[in-house]
Amino acid sequence: MQRRHFLRSTAAAGLAWTAVGRHAFAATGNAPLPGSRRLVVVFLRGAVDGLSVVAPYTEGAYYQQRSSIALARPGQDGGLLNLDDHFGLNPNLAPLMPLWLSGKLAFVHASGSPDATRSHFDAQDYMESGTPGRKGTPDGWLNRLLGAEPLAPVPAGARASVTRGISVGATLPRIWAGPNPVANIANGPRATKPTQLDKPQVSKAFDALYAGDDAMSRAYRESQQSRAEVNEAMSPAAMDREQMVANNGAPLPNGFPDDAGRLAQLMRRDPNVQIAFLALGGWDTHVNQGGAKGQLANRLQPLGQGLAEFATRLGPVFDDTTVLVISEFGRTARQNGTGGTDHGHGNVMWALGGNIAGGKVYGRWPGVDPSALYEGRDLAITTDFRQVLAGVCMNNLRLPDNQLAAVFPGFDGAPLNIARA
Amino acid sequence: MGSPVHACPPMNPTTALPMTRRGALAAALAAVAWRPAFAVAQVDAGQAEALHVLNRFAFGPAPGELERATRMGAGAWVAEQLQPERLALPAWLGAQLGALTTPGKSQRELVDGYHAAQREAREAKQAETASPDGAKAPDPAAGERRRQAATIAYESGEERLLQALNSPRQLQEVLVDFWFNHFNVFQGKGLDRVLVESYEREAIRPHVLGRFRTMLGATAKHPAMLFYLDNWLSVAPGFEPRRKFGAPGGGARKASGLNENYARELMELHTLGVDGGYTQQDVTELARILTGWTMQAQEPRGRRRLALETSASGRGDSIFVFDPARHDPGSKTWLGRRITPDGQIEGEFALDVLAQHPSTAKHIAFKLARRFVADDPPPALVDSLVRRFLDTDGDLRAVMQSLADSPEFRQARPTKFKTPYQYLVSAVRATGIVTTNVRPLMGQLAQLGQPLYGCQTPDGWHDTEADWLNPNAMTQRVNFATALASGKLPLQRVDDPDVPVNNALKAMERQTDRAMNGNQPVEGSTPPVDAGTLLATLGPAISDRTRAAVAGSPPALRAALVLGSPDFMRR
Repeated sequence: MQRRHFLRSTAAAGLAWTAVGRHAFAATGNAPLPGSRRLVVVFLRGAVDGLSVVAPYTEGAYYQQRSSIALARPGQDGGLLNLDDHFGLNPNLAPLMPLWLSGKLAFVHASGSPDATRSHFDAQDYMESGTPGRKGTPDGWLNRLLGAEPLAPVPAGARASVTRGISVGATLPRIWAGPNPVANIANGPRATKPTQLDKPQVSKAFDALYAGDDAMSRAYRESQQSRAEVNEAMSPAAMDREQMVANNGAPLPNGFPDDAGRLAQLMRRDPNVQIAFLALGGWDTHVNQGGAKGQLANRLQPLGQGLAEFATRLGPVFDDTTVLVISEFGRTARQNGTGGTDHGHGNVMWALGGNIAGGKVYGRWPGVDPSALYEGRDLAITTDFRQVLAGVCMNNLRLPDNQLAAVFPGFDGAPLNIARA
Repeated sequence: MGSPVHACPPMNPTTALPMTRRGALAAALAAVAWRPAFAVAQVDAGQAEALHVLNRFAFGPAPGELERATRMGAGAWVAEQLQPERLALPAWLGAQLGALTTPGKSQRELVDGYHAAQREAREAKQAETASPDGAKAPDPAAGERRRQAATIAYESGEERLLQALNSPRQLQEVLVDFWFNHFNVFQGKGLDRVLVESYEREAIRPHVLGRFRTMLGATAKHPAMLFYLDNWLSVAPGFEPRRKFGAPGGGARKASGLNENYARELMELHTLGVDGGYTQQDVTELARILTGWTMQAQEPRGRRRLALETSASGRGDSIFVFDPARHDPGSKTWLGRRITPDGQIEGEFALDVLAQHPSTAKHIAFKLARRFVADDPPPALVDSLVRRFLDTDGDLRAVMQSLADSPEFRQARPTKFKTPYQYLVSAVRATGIVTTNVRPLMGQLAQLGQPLYGCQTPDGWHDTEADWLNPNAMTQRVNFATALASGKLPLQRVDDPDVPVNNALKAMERQTDRAMNGNQPVEGSTPPVDAGTLLATLGPAISDRTRAAVAGSPPALRAALVLGSPDFMRR
């Protein structure tokens, strides 16, 4: 299946893109493909402290182990936002509360990778390959998902759009590794800025050098093709209209909110985009991570704002979209000697979207009492992260059972259903 | 003996740089004049070997270097590179480096200057809040400290790139890139903004062909690493500071226990490797061993004065200290060994054990083989480098010699996809342009996803094709090649446009964007690159097929096509 896709897109890119490239978007129009569901994955690299994202404020052990960084109970100054009378949301994520209240935001707590590693890099690798404990897996699960039907209904004889998978950032992370083409767009406004290659005589000359079937030529052509599509979807006039509607013309802050806003506009206007990925660093808070204010708060604030803005700007497309926020592992239940937390185990996964059965914290909660901690120090894991991913693929993206095994090879756990019926 | 680019007479850099460039180009032209511009490259074995070592042990050929290395023979060229101290820097490069102010600053000055800049920023913010109408009279001295900190941050990039581009000690500069990345610190984290230059100059560059243990110790004690991975704050559990020690308002006074960040990465990334055979318990025990390895973040006052270790920096001005009061005095069990209480000696012993460990040898050998030979290096080569590393007690010169002599290295073809850093440096080198302004390169590195000193995580940049080859990268590289070849980059801008105090990198990115893609002439830009000269410089690096395509293209695009060709993306 993957091999077939790969050949088809390669051949089409080589022969047909100049003919259809600039008009690919126009040809499909604005109507979403039938049954089109979309997935956005936001990866928080560096291990976000899940116990500060969704905190068990009714448990004394939470406060005992985190004397200077625990968040105050709801109602107090800088206190948590009550979720379900047991858990509270970090107050810096207040922009997400409307989504929680309308049942479009859920969390899965005490979730994570069954592999015990506390190495950022191995843990990220496993979460991106979707095969914890196995380093040799050549591809990433998002790329395998791109190769699955019917997520990508390509009419017979048509070219698979290279923008089906969009990655924001200058490089393509492990999660996209594999044979299916993925387009990446730069962070920031440069995503749609002109380049020398927009001059026909320049592109013509380089096209001749990159006409082969090698990896560089394919990447070159995919870039040219996706740029044409993205530029069309995000023409200045179109962007201006969207900006006015979404934000009263005020630009979003640089960084995540800006990138998320741009991605939302692209997804809203280009129905070809079905899977998108963004990564955000800076969560490795070993020192002075703070509570309602401080380093972690300063990272969470733009994340919450950006996600809320993303949902707003998607407009009706949000109804068919699932946003997952994941991170490689959690952090120690006990704060360390320097006002921070060290590498831990269980964490919280976030899910937003119109088809999420939200307003609920999923997962069996083991508690943070010292006796319940994994290896005496970390939140235990009761939900394998693949249960959540597989559940979203099955129920939110409607991936058939027989495709699930291809996306998550070797996984035989029960998918967790967090989809709206 | 020197290549034409390096043969320029010593001159005052501020007045003579345009001359230098003209001289360089003229010399390069003279050196290659006999070669018909678009002749198909004559590949002979000696030239192919010379190109190979220039691609792997240097940042590609600069004008005349391929010819020189061919004449010398690849083996002799490598032998020369393995003794960088015998290769004199050209006087004009020495003058460029001599004009930098940061290398003359001690660690103490750098750290104090940073704290002063922080204070200044706080005061400026308070003043702004106090008079929101902005009626305050502008203070001409305001921002001076912050400007100094920004200059130091920028100069670290200058010092690195000017040498990568122009130093005849090319292998040393290739290894600086490798080893800095191995022992990565992030310039974006607080104090490291001003310490990265000192770190590279003191803890990395002098040791890249020395003993691994020496470099390991130098990084362990440099304040840039102590700060980056937090070990300066890690103290014995239950430690109660009796008197003020550490940064004003910083976390040092509040520290009351272990921070295992450095201990973990020291084993996972710097030495044993993630599968090198250690447990979480070993991480915690090593963190205990390393408690007390800290720095004097501010000038000590009064009676509290600890012995500073002079050997940790070349000039004897290290601010590393071992503080017995913060050290965990108990026994430790680490990697199956019982460590009896012995103060700083415990940590020195741990570094000895790690430096000699077979897992470390394997980890380093694999990374070197991946960098210099192939993304998936032949196991036999890795094994032989492991043996060499262990037999020579981690003598990195001996390991590099073995690597260069190995059949696996010598038989390797130009299959490695260049990192953004390798691509940009090799492109500018190939043109022979003498760069005086590295801002466009720093901006472009950031755009390509590899900002200089900008890897936030301690694992450093990864080193395979899968990490760097992607659609956006191809567009960006081709765009850069076109801008460079058509002379749109202000690489020779002489004046110093205001370095913005904040977000300097973003500003550099914007400037680069404007220069590359705007239609206005740019001050300090370079003349268009001559395709014939470029092809002669690169020799068999550019294939017959590409040469034919270049020859059939409009003359104004030919040099761009060479630098943006598939051939030039690999080394």
